[in-house]
Formats: sequence, C-alpha cells, structure tokens
Amino acid sequence: MTAQIVTANRLGDGAVIYLGRDDIWGERLGGAAVARSQDEAAALLARAEAPAHRTNVVGPYLMDVIDEATAPRPASNRENIRALGPTVRSDLGRQAEIPGRR
Amino acid sequence: MYRYDEFDHTFVEERVAQFREQVARRLSGELTEDEFKPLRLMNGLYLQLHAYMLRVAVPYGTLSSQQMRKLAHIARRYDKGYGHFTTRQNIQFNWPKLEEAADILAELAEVEMHAIQTSGNCIRNVTADHFAGAAADEIEDPRVTAEVIRQWSSLHPEFSFLPRKFKVAVTGASNDRAAIKVHDIGLQMVRDARGRAGFKVIVGGGLGRTPLIGETIREFLPKRYLLSYLEAILRVYNELGRRDNIYKARIKILVKEIGAKAFAEMVEKEWQFLKDWDVDLPDEEFARIQAYFAPPPFDDLPAVTASFEAQRFENRDFARWVRNNVDAHKAPGYAIVTVSLKPEGGVPGDATAAQMEAVADLAARYSFDEIRVSHEQNLVLAHVRQADLYAVWQGLIAAELASANAGLISDIISCPGLDYCNLATARSIPVAQRISRRFADIERQHDIGGLKLKISGCINACGHHHVGHIGILGVDKKGQEFYQITLGGNADENAVLGRIVGPAFSYDTVVDAVETIVDTYLGQRRNGEAFNQTLARVGFDPFKEKLYAPH
Repeated sequence: MTAQIVTANRLGDGAVIYLGRDDIWGERLGGAAVARSQDEAAALLARAEAPAHRTNVVGPYLMDVIDEATAPRPASNRENIRALGPTVRSDLGRQAEIPGRR
Repeated sequence: MYRYDEFDHTFVEERVAQFREQVARRLSGELTEDEFKPLRLMNGLYLQLHAYMLRVAVPYGTLSSQQMRKLAHIARRYDKGYGHFTTRQNIQFNWPKLEEAADILAELAEVEMHAIQTSGNCIRNVTADHFAGAAADEIEDPRVTAEVIRQWSSLHPEFSFLPRKFKVAVTGASNDRAAIKVHDIGLQMVRDARGRAGFKVIVGGGLGRTPLIGETIREFLPKRYLLSYLEAILRVYNELGRRDNIYKARIKILVKEIGAKAFAEMVEKEWQFLKDWDVDLPDEEFARIQAYFAPPPFDDLPAVTASFEAQRFENRDFARWVRNNVDAHKAPGYAIVTVSLKPEGGVPGDATAAQMEAVADLAARYSFDEIRVSHEQNLVLAHVRQADLYAVWQGLIAAELASANAGLISDIISCPGLDYCNLATARSIPVAQRISRRFADIERQHDIGGLKLKISGCINACGHHHVGHIGILGVDKKGQEFYQITLGGNADENAVLGRIVGPAFSYDTVVDAVETIVDTYLGQRRNGEAFNQTLARVGFDPFKEKLYAPH
C-alpha cells in the first residue's frame, strides 16, 4: 500500500495542516504521522476526525505520500502545491518560509 | 451608478451581523463544519487549496473609485496585497482568514458591496457588457436591466435553492461583449418593428462538462415583462431541472433534453399565468433605477481631438496602445480605455493594491469616477476624453498597467487553476504566463491580430476555453498535467464551440503547440483573415499536420 498521511485546513485561517505523530496538527508535512497499512490509515483518519479536533480543523482526509527515510513527500502534484504554495508566486504559502525556495 | 437605499443598507448590515455571529459560533464549536459551510458559502467564503477565498460581487462589473480603493485596502489589510478579477466580473481574495471575514464584509458594506450571490445554487451576480453606457453600438445601457434583475433575484425566496447555480448576462448592443450565449439566460436588447426596445431571450447556454450554445426562446420580449418572463423561465427550471445528478442539473441540460421549442412553450404557458400578477416592475420604479444610470455630463466636444491626434502621431508606443486598448465611444470626443491586466509573464486578472488605487485615481480624475471589470479579466475606464488619453496612458505606465495587448494573443483569459483552486486538475496560470512570454514581441502580436486564447484548469471551464479561438483545457493523466487544445471557438454574437484538434500536449510542449498553431495560421492566412476565418476555409488538417507531424 502507498504510504498515507492526514491533511486538512486549519479552521481559523484555512492554512494547510498535517496530523503529527503526537496528534497535534502542524504546518510541516515532514512532521506528519505516516500510515503504512490500510488499518493504520483508518486509525489515523479516525484520530483526525475525533471530536476534539472539530473546533480547529476542516475536512481532514488521507493523502498519498512517498515514504522516504528522512521525511514523507507528497505523491501528487496537487498535494505538492498545497504543501508549498502557488507555483506562480514563490513569495506565498509555506515555500516563502523555506530558505532557498524564493 | 446605483446607490443603496435605506433598505439595501439595512439588509447588508444585518447580513454582516448575522455572519459575524455565525463565524463566532463555528469558532466556538457550537456549529459543525457541515452546518457552517452553507452559511459561509452564502457569504462568498470558499475554502480553497491553501486558504479561504472570498469572492466579492461586483454587480454587472461596475465599480466606483471609492469601491476600488476599498478593495485595495482589503487586499492590503486582510489579504496578501493583491486581488484576482474573474471571468464573472467579480474579485477574489485568495488568503482571507475566517476570523476576519466578517470584518471584511463590514468594510465592504461601508461602500455598498457584499459577497452575496457569489456562491450556491441561486441566481448569481448578473454580468453585463463592460462597455455599457459607452458603446457606440448600444440600444440602451444594459446595467439598468442587470440592476433590476439583481434586486429581484437577491434572496428571492423561490429561487434560493435551485437545482444548480444560475447565471444571467445582459447586453444592450448588437456586438456581444458579454458572452450571453454561454449563460443560463442571455438577454440582448433589440428593437421591434415599431422601434420599441425589448429583449431577445436566450436560454440554456453554458460551458463546463457539457458545453452548449444557448437557444433563442423569444425573439422579442417587451421590456415591461422582463421579470415575469424571467420568473416563468426559473419556475419551469425549478420544477423540472434535475436534482438527482449534479452534472445534469443546469438548465442547459433540461433545454437540451426536452428541446428549446417545448421549453419555450412551457415558459409561455407559465408566463401567461404570471404576467398579470404584478410580478413586473412598476414603470416608476423602473424609472427610479434607470435614473442611476443616466449618462454622465459629457462635454460637447468635436469628434476629433487635435491634441490627441498629434500625440498619437508623435509617439509610436502611445499609438500602439491606442490602437489596441482604446475603443470608440458614443459621445463625440470621448473614448473607452481597456486597462490590460495581462502584463508579459503576469497572472491574468491579478492586480496589486497599488494598481487598484492607481486605476481608482485615474477613474476619479478622467472617467467620471467609474471603473468596469470585464469578463476577459481586464479593467475598463469607460468615459475618457480623447484629450486625456495621453495622461491616462502615462498614469498606467507608472502603475505598470499599460500593456498594449487588449484583444491580442497575450490577452489571455485564465482561471486560477491548480495553483489555487480546489476543483482544478491542472495548472493554467503558468501556461498563460509562458505563452505571454513566448509572444512578448508586441509587433509580432499585432501581426497576428485579434486572437482570443482561453485556458481552463479543469472541465468546469471557468477559463471559457470552449469559446476561445484557441482553447486550452488542463487535465490530469496519471499524475501528469496534459493540455487539450480546441480550435475555432467564439464567444461573441456568433458564438460557437471550438473542436478538439487532436491528442493533448504535455506541460512542456503545450506552448510550442500554440506557437505551431499560430504559425500555421499565419502561413495559411489570406487578405487579413481572422483566425477563425482561416480555420473555416482551410479546415483542421493543416493544423493537425503541423502539430502531429513525426519529427
């Protein structure tokens, strides 16, 4: 099975966020908890949909990632753009905070 | 311009207060997202790839300088310093926070604006010819009709939950600049044999997954029956339009399935029932609204302005800009200016806060304080004295808004595509940027002549690709972006859908393909033919041969 993580948007500002290993949502995809089986993915999504998250998270869903040793990477163009920001404005989105990407 | 009365003010302010409370309840957890989502969408607040997106209504594309300055302020204070003008004459902000959304709506209400009717299955913000009130070929200003429809349709209790969204476009001219034949309802002002003004009524046009050109169901509708007839159309649609399948829910599917003739008969029958029921606007109310759109106090000027002609003669760059971005005005000595939002390598339709303010200043000084947003994602100063054109051009140069490319190949319509949009399957903006860089040479663009290139990043076709002379549709094929090209489309009074030329091109090769198409056209062109004329004469084969020839 393709490795998966859970992503969503933050309620207050709509920012792209990922569910971390400690059940805390963060903007860093690299800090996301990775599911490597269908059971793990279902459990991860169930954690993301827990009532405690509903006041700060919108629309959690599983996304495919390339499971690399250092950190997961988005498997799709769409999720890559969500993770970094618009490809036409390197000054916007998370990419603006990554040294060397602007 | 229309000004709010006390009822309008009260309604919009109450709506802001309601939304403020709804946001607070969502943030506190009292409302779930399922409960809150329809409420935020009714106030134009979407959730896109990176953030929320607020779509603000610009009724029939008309803005005052004050309103434009407010949009600039919102861009700077609540967003990231820019806004995106859309193919529906609206503006979208791509980075607002939910926590500040009610504050933004309150700021908009201060200048008689809101974000209602920019989402949901209601009658959406009505669009109109962006040269309204200025075009030489106009029977009447279509914005009067558009404003009447706006007031009638806003929160219409019967039509707030239609099978699907519903878009109306109006033109007062014979040359269609509002793409009325690809709207759910298109209204074109015409005169009957006795010279009275009325409407030709076109129904069932639209793009998206099932592109269709609208059908005329009434050649002449007297003006006084506008609302009862629209109500009859909406009633037939509301009753018979499909609600079981989102892809078959638009009125165009209903009209196609039962046939325009049968649909027209149903509408006529409903209308006979409705038309004497006081649905239509009383003459005095129509006159009240019409008065807001009275022509500005034009000076009595000669048709030709000597100073303008001299400036045009002396300055080639100015002459080039005039040739492409200035159109004839109905008042002698005046002109219509198109402010291109398509700089070389830029994002079509984007404007910075500073640029919005620059246009607002120019409008205040030179164009009776009025700005238009075109569905082609440009801005328009509709009433500029010829004697002031040079000063306006200088002002636009200072704001980096003086691209002399209106109507040329780099004046591209492009949806936001996968760089911003949740529905998109491929990027469209970077394709537009690369094409505009490839054809950056303005002399080359002039040699090519008028050419409408339109790009959509998914089948929903917000970039109107079906009706581009050259249309580009981005699709996802196994995780890779590919671009399907259609040729021969047209959005004006002779509207026609383009046809797919052949297999799609990759992201890397699509710009080369466009250049091949243009070069083939230039090689085949005779006697100054427009692109579609050459295509009609020579057919698709010469284009296919060049595009798909083995290398």
